[in-house]
Amino acid sequence: MKQKLKSYNAQTYLAYALIAPAALYIVLIVAWPLLETIRLSFTNSSLAGEDYVGFENYQKMLSSKKFNGIVTRTFVWMFFSVSLKLIIGLIGAVLLNANLKGRSIFRVLVMPPWVVPIAIGMLGWLWLYNGYFGIIAGVGMRTGILDGPFGFLAYKQSAFISTIIADVWVGTPMVTVFFLAAMQGVPRDLYEAAYCDGASRWDRFFKITLPQITPVIITMSLLSAIWTFNSFEIIWILTEGGPRGATTTLIIDTYKQALGNYKFGRGAARAVVVMILLTLFAGFYLALLARINKKISHE
Amino acid sequence: MTFILLPFVEMFYASLRPLDHLFRSPYQFYSDDLSFWAYREMWKTVPMLPRYIFNSFFLASVTSLITLLFVIPAAYSYARFKFPFKNSSLYILLAINMFSGAVLLIPLYKVLRTFGLLNTYQAMIVPGVAFLIPTAIWLLKSYFEKIPIDLEEAAFVDGASRVQILRHIIAPLSTPGLVVVGIYAFIGSYAQQFLFAITFNQKKEYMPIPSGLYEFIGYTTVKWNEMMAASLVGIAPVLIIFLFLQKYIVAGLTSGAVKN
Repeated sequence: MKQKLKSYNAQTYLAYALIAPAALYIVLIVAWPLLETIRLSFTNSSLAGEDYVGFENYQKMLSSKKFNGIVTRTFVWMFFSVSLKLIIGLIGAVLLNANLKGRSIFRVLVMPPWVVPIAIGMLGWLWLYNGYFGIIAGVGMRTGILDGPFGFLAYKQSAFISTIIADVWVGTPMVTVFFLAAMQGVPRDLYEAAYCDGASRWDRFFKITLPQITPVIITMSLLSAIWTFNSFEIIWILTEGGPRGATTTLIIDTYKQALGNYKFGRGAARAVVVMILLTLFAGFYLALLARINKKISHE
Repeated sequence: MTFILLPFVEMFYASLRPLDHLFRSPYQFYSDDLSFWAYREMWKTVPMLPRYIFNSFFLASVTSLITLLFVIPAAYSYARFKFPFKNSSLYILLAINMFSGAVLLIPLYKVLRTFGLLNTYQAMIVPGVAFLIPTAIWLLKSYFEKIPIDLEEAAFVDGASRVQILRHIIAPLSTPGLVVVGIYAFIGSYAQQFLFAITFNQKKEYMPIPSGLYEFIGYTTVKWNEMMAASLVGIAPVLIIFLFLQKYIVAGLTSGAVKN
């Protein structure tokens, strides 16, 4: 009987056969295009055709001041957006974890920005940011902060900040939910023991909750950084990278070059930079995850 | 909370107000004649609206069904068998999730153009499926793992064939999991339609609602109230589905990405 069971559980060929279709699909639609992008980055590919040009795309890209500006801008944008998401997410999770009335309703109510298609949510933000008729400009004008209509997406600095705020709006729910899930995983008896020892609310948060959920905070910062780095639709819809390039991040620039101007070669060179950065992020993330899992299995 | 809900509240409020009330500067908080007028009028302004809604549903349903077809056997295999490269390939799947569509658009565009697939439904379905497979495998794997293996082994020892086990034990027990993963795929594909639609499709008759809504902006005066009304109609299906199943979806996602 044992032998029969062994034959049931150890069929490597069957295991592979079951995975094959999905694996093949991913190779075709994800892995092969990745390699093709690398190849294209060494050509001047456009709708007209393509020729091998060596490192020309890279040389032009790296020597242009504009591109360096775009890289810096991407990281500044990311830094503010991710920090805000983490801070608001942490505060939100603490509030949702507290013994408040109606918290189960609030837990559902935080999710919509994440569920709703970004493209549709951004239509709402376009209306909010409207300089003449939008509610934000309206409140500004009535309270006297603004002395006239103000198009939030029309000026460099305000557009930069406005896109960050919209991005935080989309990204925070996910962060909050992960933090909340982590907080609920903290063993109850830790709090009970602390309570008996007379620890204050603050003590309990900083000495129990925070250390316990640190692994999740670190993972989430990285994940959130990756998502933010990839953020395309939000900026594209609100500003298309403008005004005068003020909100052009790497992803936006890649898209503009490749599919706005149909300069596939130049776009591909930028896509390769994006890929390298993402691979670094992903490497960090996976290494971290492997370490955390090891720790868990040791305990 | 205000920050999260304000856009929705304001979208709804704007959709109820007549256009000349919206076009007052500075912003007026008060409107006396609120009505659902815009919800009737929007179908005339953008006559293709029903078609866009249909397209969205069609694309999302087909995409999630195809995703399930690929994912079910793979997830089962990951949940039940031990084999070389099992863990590393699972991590590779996670890593794929981090490459956004935007990076792969260039070669995909060229491929779809070569095969004459630009401006078709397929152009939006094929890449959509690829980006849903990784997370769906992780989600479904955890559901399959919850089915006790003893059940299967007992049946096998009693002489049941693999097909019989699949039909009589695994299929009924994994239905809830399949539903949740299917819905995750549906919401995911509904959300990602925009990027693929603006890049790979220029034909109006195939456009899904997220990009179709931008037709309202093309007019000389943007009819904001109707656009907001149409947006809310576009949001409604995913929001309703989510409300019913939010518990399962959130639990599944958080367990997949944070711990093993």
